[in-house]
Amino acid sequence: MQRKVVFPHRLLPYLLLAPQMAVTLVFFFWPGGQALYMSLLLQDAFGHTVIFVGLENFRALFADPAYLAAIWRTLYFSLAVTVLAMVPALLFAVMADRVIRGSTVYTTAMLIPYAIAPAVAGVLWLFMFNPAVGVIAWWMRALGIDWNPVLDGSDAMWLVILASAWKQIAYNFLFFLAGLQSIPRSLLEAAAIDGAGPMRRFWTVVFPLLSPTTFFLLVVNLVYAFFDTFGVIAAVTQGGPAGATQTLVYKVYQDGIQNLDLGSSAAQSVILMAIVIVLTMLQFRFVERRVHYH
Amino acid sequence: MASVPTAAPVPHSAVRERVDWLPHLLLWAGIAVIGFPLYIAFVASTLTAQDVVQAPMPLLPGPHALDNYRTVLIQGLQGNLLSPPVWLMMWNSLQMALIITVGKVVVSILSAFAVVYFRFPGRMLFFWMIFVTLMLPIEVRILPTYEVVADLGLINTMTGLTLPLIASATGTLLFRQFFMTIPDELVEAARIDGAGPLRFFLDIVLPLSKTQIAALSVILFIYGWNQFLWPLLITTDNRLDTIVVGITKMIGNDAAVTDWNLVMATTLLALLPPALVVVVLRRWFVKGLVDSEK
Amino acid sequence: MASISLRNVVKRYGGAAAPVVIHGASAEVPDGEFVVIVGPSGCGKSTLLRMVAGLEAISAGEIAIGGRVVNDVDPAARDIAMVFQNYALYPHMSVYDNLAYGLRIRSLPRAEIEQRVQRAAQTLEIAHLLERKPRQLSGGQRQRVAMGRAIVRSPQVFLFDEPLSNLDAKLRAQTRLEIRRLHRELGVTSLFVTHDQVEAMTLAQRMMVMNGGRIEQIGTPEDVYLRPATTFVAGFIGSPPMNLLDGRAEGSALHIEGATLPLPQPAPRAGPLRLGVRPEHLMPAADGSGWPLRVDTVEMLGAERLVHGQLGGCALTLRVDATLPAPPAGATVAVQARPQHLHWFDVAGGQRIER
Repeated sequence: MQRKVVFPHRLLPYLLLAPQMAVTLVFFFWPGGQALYMSLLLQDAFGHTVIFVGLENFRALFADPAYLAAIWRTLYFSLAVTVLAMVPALLFAVMADRVIRGSTVYTTAMLIPYAIAPAVAGVLWLFMFNPAVGVIAWWMRALGIDWNPVLDGSDAMWLVILASAWKQIAYNFLFFLAGLQSIPRSLLEAAAIDGAGPMRRFWTVVFPLLSPTTFFLLVVNLVYAFFDTFGVIAAVTQGGPAGATQTLVYKVYQDGIQNLDLGSSAAQSVILMAIVIVLTMLQFRFVERRVHYH
Repeated sequence: MASVPTAAPVPHSAVRERVDWLPHLLLWAGIAVIGFPLYIAFVASTLTAQDVVQAPMPLLPGPHALDNYRTVLIQGLQGNLLSPPVWLMMWNSLQMALIITVGKVVVSILSAFAVVYFRFPGRMLFFWMIFVTLMLPIEVRILPTYEVVADLGLINTMTGLTLPLIASATGTLLFRQFFMTIPDELVEAARIDGAGPLRFFLDIVLPLSKTQIAALSVILFIYGWNQFLWPLLITTDNRLDTIVVGITKMIGNDAAVTDWNLVMATTLLALLPPALVVVVLRRWFVKGLVDSEK
Repeated sequence: MASISLRNVVKRYGGAAAPVVIHGASAEVPDGEFVVIVGPSGCGKSTLLRMVAGLEAISAGEIAIGGRVVNDVDPAARDIAMVFQNYALYPHMSVYDNLAYGLRIRSLPRAEIEQRVQRAAQTLEIAHLLERKPRQLSGGQRQRVAMGRAIVRSPQVFLFDEPLSNLDAKLRAQTRLEIRRLHRELGVTSLFVTHDQVEAMTLAQRMMVMNGGRIEQIGTPEDVYLRPATTFVAGFIGSPPMNLLDGRAEGSALHIEGATLPLPQPAPRAGPLRLGVRPEHLMPAADGSGWPLRVDTVEMLGAERLVHGQLGGCALTLRVDATLPAPPAGATVAVQARPQHLHWFDVAGGQRIER
């Protein structure tokens, strides 16, 4: 998309682009290419023996029950986080939209968790739910619920799900609220005059008009759950117990840094890259639709 | 003549009242739920380690706030787990966040300017290369990036900490989109007035971009402050720990041994700067989030 | 102040095979003249202006300002100033800074900048607005600031790119007079682009009428109005437009579709010809020897009436004084014109044919 009016200089644009290109080439394309290359190799931890094995690493991954389990786990995790982060956010946004006075207070309060690092969010929830010192853990025990995320895999999974969703509600809230506020009042008034009660108005008018925002957030939340939740898992469960909270992105880290299985880790990275690209393309497709919508 | 039956008219005041308290109630409930972990952390930070570990932890703040905060700020953890003083870690975080913010803003505004206001061979290629970086978060290319940084001798340096994170294109797209909205005639008038591209950039483009720069800076600051995986890998020297990394290191495996009150104090200190940014600079924060997703 | 020379200026977007947008435009504008370039949208007038400004590259030909060929000269170095349709004021700068910007870039001393800005502001009556930002000004005020920016530079040439198009009708009329006054005072060579032929007629010392990338006629408003060089110019200038009748001339008669029109003088040649006559030059024929016009509608304009009708198979409009009774619809009236008001054009090429 070229403007009609440009400056005629020849050398200057390259100079202006140089810093970004330099950083991008060195810290993005070069490592990215390395990851692609490494995924095709089998090498020992120190890189002394290097054998080209083609797609063997990939084949091994897909044959590995642990990896397949990680895929399902990640899907489960992502869906849970997405749903738990979006539904309350929508509810709060609808409420905040109705309130005129004090809405700044509510919005600001709701937004604060966005400012918290995933790792820190993990620490906060870990503290609440830790079987030994956690306040909520104590209450649960008092209620007779057997709670132990340190030993029980599904307890651990729920803990990281909750911590991750908690943080993301803020972001969804913001976008839902913006979406709601862009719905013309006249549509709702017309529906009210037609006799539709608030619930009906919501489902037949508001929700459909909110669908571009919803799709957009769906994709963003999935990407968030796939990648940005690394900090939560690292802080709270470190992938445990016994791999119960090992999502794909955490596995890349563990296999690569901790287990030093470079080929496999690189191959996993490549697979994740492919997933991100697909998700991001979906996102841009929907963002484009949003633009046309308005 | 029989009168046409109509629905009993709902008194206007009743409708208003029924609706009025509901959103407020739900919102306060929401804020309570969302804010609960923060509240617990705050309470813990005001008690002694003993009080915290002894379940159930009291739900009201105690008197030790000043002691705890002073301890962590100045001394760091001296007990079972050593950690650098919090002021040092926050200083590291601040440096990192600021360098990333300034670095990304400068680099991306120059690139956007080059791509929009000049026509040169390879222009679209460069643009797509920059655009692609949006698709791959650092978690996915973590290992090879680590190798590159290690090869460059940048482990344990602030440069190594910040440079790879400047490589993604968030700002470039934002600025490019904004520049496209600057009317062509402004450029022509400036050219006739005698302004070359650099003058045009400094005198006209920059002042007009002030809001965009502010919005982007707010988002980037939070992004930089909250980085976890990369600083974790890149620094082996404790004294370079950022506060987010530092917190996770404070938690040992044995929950009973951790000085939870100090950890919680640190946690609250850690999330204070980004939270303040969100609250005080809310308008720019919101604008930055919404604009960067378009 | 300086002259402007256009010598066979050609513009095409793209390589040698690309379609030509401006076909060999040539014109000589002497020092101090106010020339209006007028034509319909897309005729190339803005493109031509921008080539003089240096904002568009010249594909072939030469443009000279003040005797110096400026084809490859940067806009900033051509000593020109331009007033844009959308004013192009720097939104974040005060009016003063907007006016001073070009001067500051040229490193003029502060005192001189102050003097020039104040003088321009006085001339345009915007001295009380100097501290305001553009968004606090009305459309007319912004336009005056845009003109002020041109004036402070004291350039050799003023270029106006449809500066009045965004103003409402009343403001447009006012600003037209302002521009005339300024030109009288400052006497700077000016090129003014507009699509509005009324603006062109009232402002121009000379006009360039353009169509489809070609200059069809250059002349004073009287020239262009009374002796249009082509069918296009004849139809474009003047409102309501000139009546054009295609037919076959034979001696002192013109055979058009459905009628034969007697002519007061023989036609310049026999064969296919196009006759043009302005609505205000048609009069009711005293005796019955005029052209038979079957009246369709009559529009009442106040001081005059427009009578629309059919002459044989061709449409014809004439203007009559409102004091005369209006002919009823369906009636046939006889109309005629004086010989000096009949224009003849070649049907194929549209060129004017002299008697």
